[in-house]
Amino acid sequence: MKQQTLLFDGLPVPFEEGQTIMEAAMAADIFIPHLCHHPEFKPQGSCKLCTVKASGRYVSACTMPAKDGMEVENNSPDLNDKRRTMLQMLFVEGNHFCPSCEKSGNCMLQALAYELEMLTPHFPQFFPNRPVDASHPEVLLDFNRCILCELCVRASRDVDGKHVFALSGRGLKKHLIVNSESGRLGDTDFSMADKAAHVCPVGVILEKRKGFAMPIGKRRYDVDPIGMQVERLANRSASEEEV
Amino acid sequence: MNAAVPAPRKLRLATTSLAGCFGCHMSFLDIDERLLDLVDLIEFDRSPLTDIKHCGPCDIGLIEGGLCNAENIHVLREFRRNCKVLIAMGACAVNGGLPAQRNHIDLGQCLQEVYLTQPGLVGGQVPNDPELPLPLDKVHPIHEVVRIDYFIPGCPPSGDAIWKFLTDLLKGRTPRLGHPLLHFD
Repeated sequence: MKQQTLLFDGLPVPFEEGQTIMEAAMAADIFIPHLCHHPEFKPQGSCKLCTVKASGRYVSACTMPAKDGMEVENNSPDLNDKRRTMLQMLFVEGNHFCPSCEKSGNCMLQALAYELEMLTPHFPQFFPNRPVDASHPEVLLDFNRCILCELCVRASRDVDGKHVFALSGRGLKKHLIVNSESGRLGDTDFSMADKAAHVCPVGVILEKRKGFAMPIGKRRYDVDPIGMQVERLANRSASEEEV
Repeated sequence: MNAAVPAPRKLRLATTSLAGCFGCHMSFLDIDERLLDLVDLIEFDRSPLTDIKHCGPCDIGLIEGGLCNAENIHVLREFRRNCKVLIAMGACAVNGGLPAQRNHIDLGQCLQEVYLTQPGLVGGQVPNDPELPLPLDKVHPIHEVVRIDYFIPGCPPSGDAIWKFLTDLLKGRTPRLGHPLLHFD
């Protein structure tokens, strides 16, 4: 059978039947910005950072199956402008104060902002009031940084089988909740051994007593920009997520 | 024939710190001996380095810090009126930064706790001298009040980042910070 290929910004890339555009790109070491995609979990296409133009239409690369002869526009000024705008909206919607965040330097949201040269949040800041949950002995939940990617929801539901997290509310009021009567993480059976403890791409789910372990200059995205780490992103496993 | 070509006019640079910690100014000084190259190209107007109190017509304004009180807004507007190019320097100017971490607390309650009810305080009072600028309800980044031409993120941006940005600008290039000069922490 003839090898199937698609065109990434004009470059022919072979792929296997059943692969999504994202999987085909990663296998070919091509970077498509993404936040809610993780190779270990079922894609859901909610963050829209991986939006590409496939055969003239805007689609999420992580959910769209690759097709033979498909022309994909990925690294273009038009798409990167749109992605930068989406990042800016994510930044103003929460409280992303990088200098005090333990995830700084290892954070995908921050790394993508660097990659797409986001210099300003541009929009008026929302400054929402989102109290943290420090009830769990091992884990701190800082909701200020949640971007609603649902990776922890998917990991806890689909892999850990615990259903610890969920999203509640709609539109602007959508937020991450914890599945216990008190709503506190300390009252669930959540543990550091769970997959869900290691999937957060930003600084919401943090192991206690471990912050700032890696000095500035040696953190994951200090070393190489995220666009140069496609192979690691494609092969990552949630248990090794944390530095 | 041999008439000396007049040296190009030095660009005027004004700087100020609003709701910031002067860390960005310290980082600006971290360009070290390159300051000597810089003063060949620019002269300072209002700045903590000159102690000039009000900004005159300038080419470039560098603003550190966000807006936490009424005076910050007056100063920012003075800079915008006078500077052809206005630059937000550092996390606080860009997104509110550390001072904005008070934004989820009611301002009245915040003042009460700091000046009246905090353990160990005796006979405290909330400062109310008419000379003191009134605090704003919330701390805001400066682009929410005036138009900003350029942004240099970082807490603080490194001396190298500030140097790269200013030299790009002074030489007429589009200022650009790549890896690893662009950082938010």
